[in-house]
Amino acid sequence: MKVGLFVPCYIDAFYPRVGIATLELLERLGQQVDYPLEQTCCGQPMANSGCNSDAAAAEALFVRNFERFDAIVMPSGSCAHHVRDHFDAIPQTDAVRHVRAHTYELVEFLHDVLQVRAFPWAEFPHTVGLHNSCGTLRALRTASMSELGEPPFSKPMDLLSGVRGIRFATPARPDECCGFGGTFSVAEEAVSARMGLDKVRDHHNAGADYIVSADSSCIMHQQGCAERAGIPLRFIHIAEILNGARE
Amino acid sequence: MKDKRIDHAGAAAAFIADAPHLAFHDERLWDMRQKRDAQMHLLPEWQELRTLASQIKEHTLANLPDYLEQFERNATRNGIHVHWARDGAEHNRIVAEILQARGATTLIKSKSMVTEECDMRPYLAARGITVTETDLGERIQQLDDQLPSHIVVPAVHKLTGDVARVFATHYGTDPNADDPRQLAEAQRQAARPVILHADAGMTGANFAVAETGTFVVCTNEGNADLSATVPGVHIATLGIERLVPRMSDLGVFVRMLSRSALGSPITQYTTHFRGPQDGGEMHVILVDNGRSARLGMADFWTSLKCIRCGACMNTCPVYRRSGGLSYGAVYSGPIGAIIDPTFNERKYSTLPFASTLNGSCTNVCPVRIDIHDQLYKWRRVLVDHHQMPFVKREIMHMAGKLMGQPRLYRAAIAGAETALGTLPRFALYSWLNPWGKQRELPHPVEETFHAWYRRTRSGNGTADTGR
Ligand code: SF4
Repeated sequence: MKVGLFVPCYIDAFYPRVGIATLELLERLGQQVDYPLEQTCCGQPMANSGCNSDAAAAEALFVRNFERFDAIVMPSGSCAHHVRDHFDAIPQTDAVRHVRAHTYELVEFLHDVLQVRAFPWAEFPHTVGLHNSCGTLRALRTASMSELGEPPFSKPMDLLSGVRGIRFATPARPDECCGFGGTFSVAEEAVSARMGLDKVRDHHNAGADYIVSADSSCIMHQQGCAERAGIPLRFIHIAEILNGARE
Repeated sequence: MKDKRIDHAGAAAAFIADAPHLAFHDERLWDMRQKRDAQMHLLPEWQELRTLASQIKEHTLANLPDYLEQFERNATRNGIHVHWARDGAEHNRIVAEILQARGATTLIKSKSMVTEECDMRPYLAARGITVTETDLGERIQQLDDQLPSHIVVPAVHKLTGDVARVFATHYGTDPNADDPRQLAEAQRQAARPVILHADAGMTGANFAVAETGTFVVCTNEGNADLSATVPGVHIATLGIERLVPRMSDLGVFVRMLSRSALGSPITQYTTHFRGPQDGGEMHVILVDNGRSARLGMADFWTSLKCIRCGACMNTCPVYRRSGGLSYGAVYSGPIGAIIDPTFNERKYSTLPFASTLNGSCTNVCPVRIDIHDQLYKWRRVLVDHHQMPFVKREIMHMAGKLMGQPRLYRAAIAGAETALGTLPRFALYSWLNPWGKQRELPHPVEETFHAWYRRTRSGNGTADTGR
């Protein structure tokens, strides 16, 4: 299987170690991974703002970069959600349909496609609170949703359970959105920051040392809120833990 | 003159600045959401009920003219006068005519969002008719001259101290006596004589049944029953989407309404109105007020399935932290954000953006309205209709261009003075500035992933660009 790695713009610029961990992890698991150097963005920021026609150039470029792969993997739930469910600013050619149908968020790819459960190289002797982004939770459905009362399941939890020494803290409102929301974070600054503060407090009160998530955008926002409020929490992407990061 | 856009963000910021109100509001509504969850867990068929409810509503809406006429025929046979109102103005005129023909000058009413839509109270007041709300929360909001902030609990944004101050001003009670029981008693004392001597009564309706020509009103305070029966003249006003075809459909909705709304198995009162009482009269006003037009909107017609339970508001993390009044509309929260723009696109153009698109609303909706997908679609419509403020529109336009050109993009994130083009930089920065008000910026890094990859994996990878 030829795997194409997409590293979203904010991970590229602010969290390169998440991209590195994703690449190394996929390689450890025997995947042949290529990172097309011409990549930029999946088009989500424009499309989510209603400016769909402005997403066309990014979407077209994305398809040019990734149409030759069997699987396109990205450490970002919201980008995977955009490509799979909303990617319609450009004509739906066979190439576009192929890309949309073969795009995976990292956790889904590990859990459903590669079906890995054991990460013998990974050890994380800390208490973590898992933040399921709304993109992974309610759009990609990588975990059960509290509103539906469905039988509990969690793909990220299944993976993290394969890490030695890890302990979990359960916040009081595990499914509540953290308030990032893309341009919402600046357009609705007050609500966004308040939601972020409530989220990090909830995890802190539950005893978490770290918040772990499959979405770096939520982490960027929550980390910003926690640091400003002086809440001693640390933040880490799930790819880093699964790749063997110790702290 | 163009209507001003609602400044949801500004109003929300003011709401959040008031810590005690914010904490109470968020906790109270979250508690309602949790009680709803508990009720859902007691009914293993919950998801099936949601599907059924959605199907019944979609079927009804697809055949609405037939069911409305069937309702009219059967209601008329039951001795009910049926009126049709195209819009708010027509609705208000019909109400005034009914009252004036009977020389009525006092009207008691229970909660009805349709009358809020029609802005009925000022219209009647100007014609010498005094309207008194009998629902406690709605009465508080009436006295305080505010819109309801929530469709089920209209004064949920107020603390008991706020209510005490409102009552002190209007009822002359002690402004410091904020015991809820005492406050309820004050309202009872003030309302009772008004109810007993009113000339006419008005209610809304939760459901109207086409096959029987009857309608159902659900309340917890019993005030609708008093409003409907004490004066002898009963006017019920309802949106045309309240219809269900058969009596047997009601069970699906009644089982879910209060469970979704307050997390109680059923409302205290579920009253079926079948016709006028002996010697009395009963009127039903079927109100369109934009509903037919909404029914014709391919992406948004299913918003008419709404049974006004408020569950989407209770679960909404944005609504809980911004308060209903910040939406500046009769309908607030997620359901408000998808129907308000149909009333006034420019004025309410900000509301579909007052969301993170997290999707919790869609999951709790008992009639399976795809609320967050409609929010997403509204954004497109509003941008296409030029309702996005200029600076943001330009930023998106430039970002879109940049993201299509890898070389420029690489140069831009390397910090070079590039491609930002026509828009002055200060506009971009001032638009992004709010990030730092209550949040730290991400930490700077030595090199981007892209640069790391090129440094460590050279020879690997495709088509080299830029840095
Ligand atoms: S949209 Fe759904 S959840 Fe919201 S008030 Fe209407 S029926 Fe209830």
